[in-house]
Amino acid sequence: MGRSSTVKETQALFQSLRSAYAATPNNLKIIDVFVGFAVLTAIIQVVYMAVVGSFPFNSFLSGVLSCIGTAVLAVCLRIQVNKDNKEFKDVAPERAFADFILCNLVLHLVIMNFMG
Amino acid sequence: MARSLPGFLALIVAVALICCSFAAAASTFQPISESHRSAALETFDRSYGSLEETYEALQTFDVLGVERKPDVGTAACQSVSQTLVSSSSTLKDIFYALKVNGVLKCEVDADSVEGIVSTLQTAVGSASSLLEFYHSIGGLVLVKNQALKDDLYLADAEGVFRSIKALSQSDGRWRYSSSNPESSTYAAGLALEALAGVISLSSSEIDQSLIGTTKNDILKLFERVEKYDDGAVYFDGEESDAHENQGPITSTWSVIRGITSFAAVTSGNLNLPGEKILGLAKFFLGVGIPGDAKDFFNQVDSLACLENNRVAIPLILSLPATVNSLTRKDTLKVKVSTVLGSDAPPLKIKLVRAKDTPAIESQELKFDSANKVHVLDTLEKSVDVGNYIFVFEIVFNDPEHKKAYAVESKTEVPIFLTGAVKVGNAKIAVLDSDLGSIETQNLDFAGENLVSLGANHLQKLKLRFQLTTPLGHPFKPHQAILKLTHESKVEHVFVVGNTGKQFEIVLDFLGLVEKFYYLSGKYEIQLTVGDAVMNSFFRVIGHLDLDLPEAPEKAPRPPVQPADVYSRYGPKAEIAHIFRAPEKRPPQELLRLGVNLKNFPSAAAPAAFAALFHVGIGAVLLLYVFFWLKLDLFTTLKILGFLGVFLLFVGHRTLSHLASTSSKVKSA
Repeated sequence: MGRSSTVKETQALFQSLRSAYAATPNNLKIIDVFVGFAVLTAIIQVVYMAVVGSFPFNSFLSGVLSCIGTAVLAVCLRIQVNKDNKEFKDVAPERAFADFILCNLVLHLVIMNFMG
Repeated sequence: MARSLPGFLALIVAVALICCSFAAAASTFQPISESHRSAALETFDRSYGSLEETYEALQTFDVLGVERKPDVGTAACQSVSQTLVSSSSTLKDIFYALKVNGVLKCEVDADSVEGIVSTLQTAVGSASSLLEFYHSIGGLVLVKNQALKDDLYLADAEGVFRSIKALSQSDGRWRYSSSNPESSTYAAGLALEALAGVISLSSSEIDQSLIGTTKNDILKLFERVEKYDDGAVYFDGEESDAHENQGPITSTWSVIRGITSFAAVTSGNLNLPGEKILGLAKFFLGVGIPGDAKDFFNQVDSLACLENNRVAIPLILSLPATVNSLTRKDTLKVKVSTVLGSDAPPLKIKLVRAKDTPAIESQELKFDSANKVHVLDTLEKSVDVGNYIFVFEIVFNDPEHKKAYAVESKTEVPIFLTGAVKVGNAKIAVLDSDLGSIETQNLDFAGENLVSLGANHLQKLKLRFQLTTPLGHPFKPHQAILKLTHESKVEHVFVVGNTGKQFEIVLDFLGLVEKFYYLSGKYEIQLTVGDAVMNSFFRVIGHLDLDLPEAPEKAPRPPVQPADVYSRYGPKAEIAHIFRAPEKRPPQELLRLGVNLKNFPSAAAPAAFAALFHVGIGAVLLLYVFFWLKLDLFTTLKILGFLGVFLLFVGHRTLSHLASTSSKVKSA
């Protein structure tokens, strides 16, 4: 009896999460998809390394780091662009986007350098 | 809501009166009347399929005295002769053909009669089931009654009697055959009719002990009757898949036929209580006008059997009118007749008493032989308006009739005595607490004058009147209501109180200011007096100019009245829905790889900057590719510096332009 009730509860939890998520604005959803894409790319690189071998190790590191860094910057963008977030109320979304672009360019410069 | 209150009260009064008349368990039954005859023409107005249906229709018309169509008779007679001649007819067909012949009296030639008689006699000898006995014996009885053949007797009548008797059960019901344990009340009726037929066809006396046991069976059967509250008595049929038509109407009809035919051929009486026979008559009279042809036939045929039977003939006491007017000097008429409406033997009707009214004494009704009704004409001198339950008793002139007829010992009938109630001594006045009565006006309800009064919130309105019955007693109706209606159609309803001899109401406006929603102005005064036994009325008495103080801030607003009384049921105003402008949506699938070109500025200069912005980013990324492929870090950093400055400038322009447009949209 306990098992089925917990199963039911988790199902109810997922349902409520899904319905709440459907209410988020579309631009945030796009950023979420981008984050997901970046993480997925990182996972693919790790799996590739596990299969093929870690030589050259710096390439692997730079590849994974670029994905994770992009994901982190996208998350930061999402935080700043989200209208419900009270802390960043006075930061215009365009300014946040400009920061995002700038940081990405710096990150990729570093990545390119490290990749070799 | 205020408008519907008097109507609602009237409805409650009407329902209460109806319930009272039922709760007294007193209801009158009416014998067969004209409405039955016209209904019979409608119900049986179609082509008949089988001989059984033809017989039912013809017998109904015959009993009710309705003219049948001539072509129906000739078609039926043809069918009868065909059936009687043919050798493949079943027993049931022959039986019903002979029944139809009994009603129509067609020409049947002697040869076919001989053939029929021999068929039936062999069938009796070889019969094993109840239906076979019933149809064959029934056919022989019909042949004998229609005098188609002389000297018709059953061989071994006693043996046939015993075989039918063998199918009986101890509870009074009969089985259909010895192999089938299914038994029913309907079968009992058929068996009794068959046994009566055997007795009438036997050449010698049947053993009296057999007849005695059959009479006991009848008494046992009558222990199974069901009863309704109004005295109707019936046999509840049994559910059966094999045999249809075993509901209460058909089963009761079958039993009535059985006992009346059995009583007709046996000497001595059946010892059945008269009230049960009367109850059976009440059951069929209480059915009203049945919609089904078979039920109609069963009802009419049962009543015809009861009309002239040797057990007890039921007599029905009925009143043509239960509502009589004292003012018009109506006399109370009571009629006693048989179930089909024929005359009763000479008798007297006594009004024993009225329930809950000791003032009405026991008296005898006079018989009007011209109209065949009993009349009570002393009412208006002694009885006042109201509703009563009169209890009648029937006394036969010849005491011998008591055994032959079944009547109810005490019949209770609800009676309404109505009359014109006079309104007298009506006064309306405006009272002041200091000065006493300011103006008193006499009200004349007969005339058309309207009074005009004025009052303020410190004064009171007083209305007083008396109601008198035709006999001069004070009368208390069910409703006495005063209604004040403002010009804006807001209504207020008050109940007029009764102090024994007169009606009086005092409206203290000081306490009513808030109830009236502080509305000053002209109020119309309307009085409604109503009861079932009087000439109810509602009249506009006059107008009152009421002066109330100003309403404070938080006072309740009067309910919004519709401009037109019936406009609240008309169509409402049309609602124009305002839809939100739909959100800007991304393309359908977010995972589709594409370029989002929304928000791309359309004007020339910003568009150029936006394009340059994208070009700049692309250039930086291209630089990185070259850096990876070929360039070294310092060269890259130099070029990156130049590109970065350019990109910053262009990006700033584009993004600030976007920001300003989006803020313009938001403020718009």
